[in-house]
Amino acid sequence: MLSLNRVTKTYRVGTFGGKELVAVRDVSFDVNEGEVVSLIGESGSGKTTIGKMVLKLVEITRGSIVCDGADVAGIHGSEVKSYYRHVQGVFQDPFSSYNPIFKADRVFSLIRSEFFSEVPTSEWNDKVDAALRSVNLDPGQVMNKYPHQLSGGQLQRLLVARALMLDLKILVADEIISMLDASTRIDVLNLLGDLKSRGLGILFITHDLSLGNYISEKTVILRRGVVVEMGDTDKVFGNPKHPYTKILISSVPQLHKKWADVEAEMEARVGSEAGVCLYHKTYRPTNVVSDGPDDRPAMVKVEDDHYVGCFELGHGICQL
Amino acid sequence: MSLQVSDLRVYYRTLAGDVQALDGATFSIEDKEIMGLAGESGCGKSTLGNSLIRLDGRMRYVGGTVTLDGTSVPIWDDDAMNAFRFRDVSVIPQYAMSAMNPTRKIGKMIQELLESRGENFASIKPELMRRIDLVGLKEDVLARYPIELSGGMKQRMVMVLSTLLNPSLLIADEITSALDVSTQRAVAETLVSFRDHGFVKSMMVITHDLSILYQTADTILVMYAGKLAEKAPTTTIIEHARHPYTQALISSLPEVGVRYTSKKLVGIPGSPPQLLDPPSGCRFRARCPLAFAKCVEEPPFVQIAPDHSVACWKVSGPNA
Repeated sequence: MLSLNRVTKTYRVGTFGGKELVAVRDVSFDVNEGEVVSLIGESGSGKTTIGKMVLKLVEITRGSIVCDGADVAGIHGSEVKSYYRHVQGVFQDPFSSYNPIFKADRVFSLIRSEFFSEVPTSEWNDKVDAALRSVNLDPGQVMNKYPHQLSGGQLQRLLVARALMLDLKILVADEIISMLDASTRIDVLNLLGDLKSRGLGILFITHDLSLGNYISEKTVILRRGVVVEMGDTDKVFGNPKHPYTKILISSVPQLHKKWADVEAEMEARVGSEAGVCLYHKTYRPTNVVSDGPDDRPAMVKVEDDHYVGCFELGHGICQL
Repeated sequence: MSLQVSDLRVYYRTLAGDVQALDGATFSIEDKEIMGLAGESGCGKSTLGNSLIRLDGRMRYVGGTVTLDGTSVPIWDDDAMNAFRFRDVSVIPQYAMSAMNPTRKIGKMIQELLESRGENFASIKPELMRRIDLVGLKEDVLARYPIELSGGMKQRMVMVLSTLLNPSLLIADEITSALDVSTQRAVAETLVSFRDHGFVKSMMVITHDLSILYQTADTILVMYAGKLAEKAPTTTIIEHARHPYTQALISSLPEVGVRYTSKKLVGIPGSPPQLLDPPSGCRFRARCPLAFAKCVEEPPFVQIAPDHSVACWKVSGPNA
């Protein structure tokens, strides 16, 4: 449904934009119907930039994003509005997503004036009620309240409800639960699970591996704008191939396993393959190093639905 | 026994009245103990930590005593506390990355800080260099400005600085929350090594992340809405918690390996009470699945087993 094809984003930085900063390099993956794809990376890995490109908030430098057969970069003018009918985003900080001067349910009236101006009021109210109930909110508790009167979880769910009022196909969820409390964040996470069973495609951007592991079918691990490993969540977490993925997984604080035990376990399982770059095992390095993207894919397949990138990429040793 | 806190009450002054953020905390930390302090935002954990080092203008000391190594600590007296700060009680602040003076080189700043306390920089410098080396920083860090260091490096530098005079109690407030997973692990392990090297006698690690505490802490104290809920050794809290809040909190945490499709976690319904006018009796009552008639009375924080204290009528009450 949503498909990224060798997407690259560069920013001009430095005096007079003299330098080029590659925020995202050659990223390709798909988000299908009824699927949660988690995009995991540390700060500065480009995960938010990818979300913004999908939402048409920043331009794509190279490559293409295709949504339902239409090239996202080519959508202009009045078509943008219909694109946003299908693709919406929810962001990290629920408190700054709202205007504190207005009541929180203003987000619904904004949607109405923009997209549903012809719908009669009673029908509209029913529609809002239904959307709120579908995100497990009690309309009586959240309507007619100011943002500061609601909890972070309620605000976040209101934003999801707002997105659901449209004919939504893709939801970009950028760190939507990292600011919520432990006791309520799981409800918002489960909500994403409900949505995917209703056929939504969700791009779940997070830095927290355990959250990505919990909710997603597919995992994409990013490092400095490059995908290092991706594929089926069970395979990426259960059988990590890239050294960076291994470091990440062994650094996650777990509740019932100490760090040292996790590390020992991982060593025992995958110790034999340490240091062998699976990418170059498949594609022997050639002496030609071109500047732009070449014909080689950015990833190699290590097993069904499990891909890994070059181990050296990002260290500056071998540039694709 | 290193730290003893008894019936400590600290409120926040607001126009609408006192916010009872910390309402009767009684606990102790042994020598060599790393105590984790866990809870949701607004439960009073940072208030407890801050009150032991400095009460800011909004905070009002209401009652209770603090004893450190047999000496009474006058936390209500800002000037008298100066004799204790840095030397006996030290803090690693929540935003350690911005805790250093940006206009001074780090070495210069440390020198000024030590001299303001009447210490001789030259005599402490060899020990400082040894500790800088221990946390994996280079010697030339003293000649740099804070802006030249990465977030994790700044964090480690502040850790060295906070513990330079071997304080008896170190308060670490959410120091790992803003870090990436791999840095998070390094910082957490440094914290433990400081205790092992005897740089600090005992430690209070404040965080909302129970899994970090499982990796680092010896004991965990769980707070809810300004009250203590449960304190026990780490494994007891994680594996055999008795307080319904602790149990619900732990069961709502997603972990690597737990998948939405196989095991759906549940959050805690409702939200924490307003502390401006807290409910009488057990403050968790409204969200508690086990609440019964007795819960309208306030449950005492009592010991139910060696080193294991709980405030819950279901656990300690007559028909428990």
